[in-house]
Amino acid sequence: MSQDSRPAPQIGPSPEGVDGQGFFLTTVEKAVGMARKNSLWPLPFATSCCGIEFMATMGSHYDLARFGSERPSFSPRQADLLMVMGTVAKKLGPVLKQVYEQMAEPRWVLAVGACASTGGIFDTYSVLQGIDKVIPVDVYVPGCPPRPEQIIDGLIKIQELVQSEHLGRRNSPEYKALLASYGIE
Amino acid sequence: MKPLTNRSKTVSNKTMTLMERLYLPAIVKGMAITLRHFFKKKVTIRYPEETRPFSPIYRGLHVLKRDDTGAERCTACGLCAIACPAEAITMDAAERKPGEERLYREEKYASTYEINMLRCIFCGLCEEACPKEAIFLTDRILPSGTTRKSFIWGKDRLVETESNRIDISKRHFYYKDEK
Repeated sequence: MSQDSRPAPQIGPSPEGVDGQGFFLTTVEKAVGMARKNSLWPLPFATSCCGIEFMATMGSHYDLARFGSERPSFSPRQADLLMVMGTVAKKLGPVLKQVYEQMAEPRWVLAVGACASTGGIFDTYSVLQGIDKVIPVDVYVPGCPPRPEQIIDGLIKIQELVQSEHLGRRNSPEYKALLASYGIE
Repeated sequence: MKPLTNRSKTVSNKTMTLMERLYLPAIVKGMAITLRHFFKKKVTIRYPEETRPFSPIYRGLHVLKRDDTGAERCTACGLCAIACPAEAITMDAAERKPGEERLYREEKYASTYEINMLRCIFCGLCEEACPKEAIFLTDRILPSGTTRKSFIWGKDRLVETESNRIDISKRHFYYKDEK
């Protein structure tokens, strides 16, 4: 429909499997992983400047909805991916933990920017030095603030993690031990 | 009655015409605007297949440069570490042994040089502070990672290799000589 001179967007690669006339044979894990990774609904926990870069990523120039994040929800009950963008104060730590606890499994966490990853430039009494002090983090996106290209790169890494995740991981003892180390039930 | 300001608008309470009462012509006009957008050029840049040109002074990944002969320029003076507002740079200094003249420019060099890329705010103050024009911020962007430890970059990732020099001519217009 559009009069673009650019080539049409490519369809992503399908998981490994056996192709045939009218059927495609693969494992449930790979099919579920592909379905999950292409419809990650983010919860934008945007606190400061990185939140503005996220807004730029959601805009039309770097459309984040192309990756399946069409519906960012602000309710943790309905979100898959918690994107923490911006400085998190120590006062906000328990709030962030509560938001994380309210998310349903499977859930992933993306720490966007220097402040969310390590406290960044604010090595002070009031700033939490990295959100992985209160919740487990899957991918860190560096930058201050990261360009939309970097945020998209972080989302693509989360997608790779989602695709390759073992289906029983959330019930495994290692995962339970990880959550117990954070004091999350 | 006299209006209170000169910006007040008078609201019309005339009865609507037949065309207005139908509502459909207004709906069609709105849909025509939407349809026009279907045929306009899309502004989306499909990253990662397409990239957008960065500004010439964009501050991205650091590089520790070598000079023309291939020796490292960094002398571990520590000015970049002091200038860094996020305290992301740490280094250890060492003395150059007699056989290593080709590797290091002066007698003092950095045996360990680490930048914590997650603390770094890419401000460029280290680049401004360096007296030897050793550290520059290039226009490469830093990819994301899964562990905090993987973001502590040592000399092996920061110093450019002799065969693959990083081009900093876009940032170098501040400085008069040297490439």
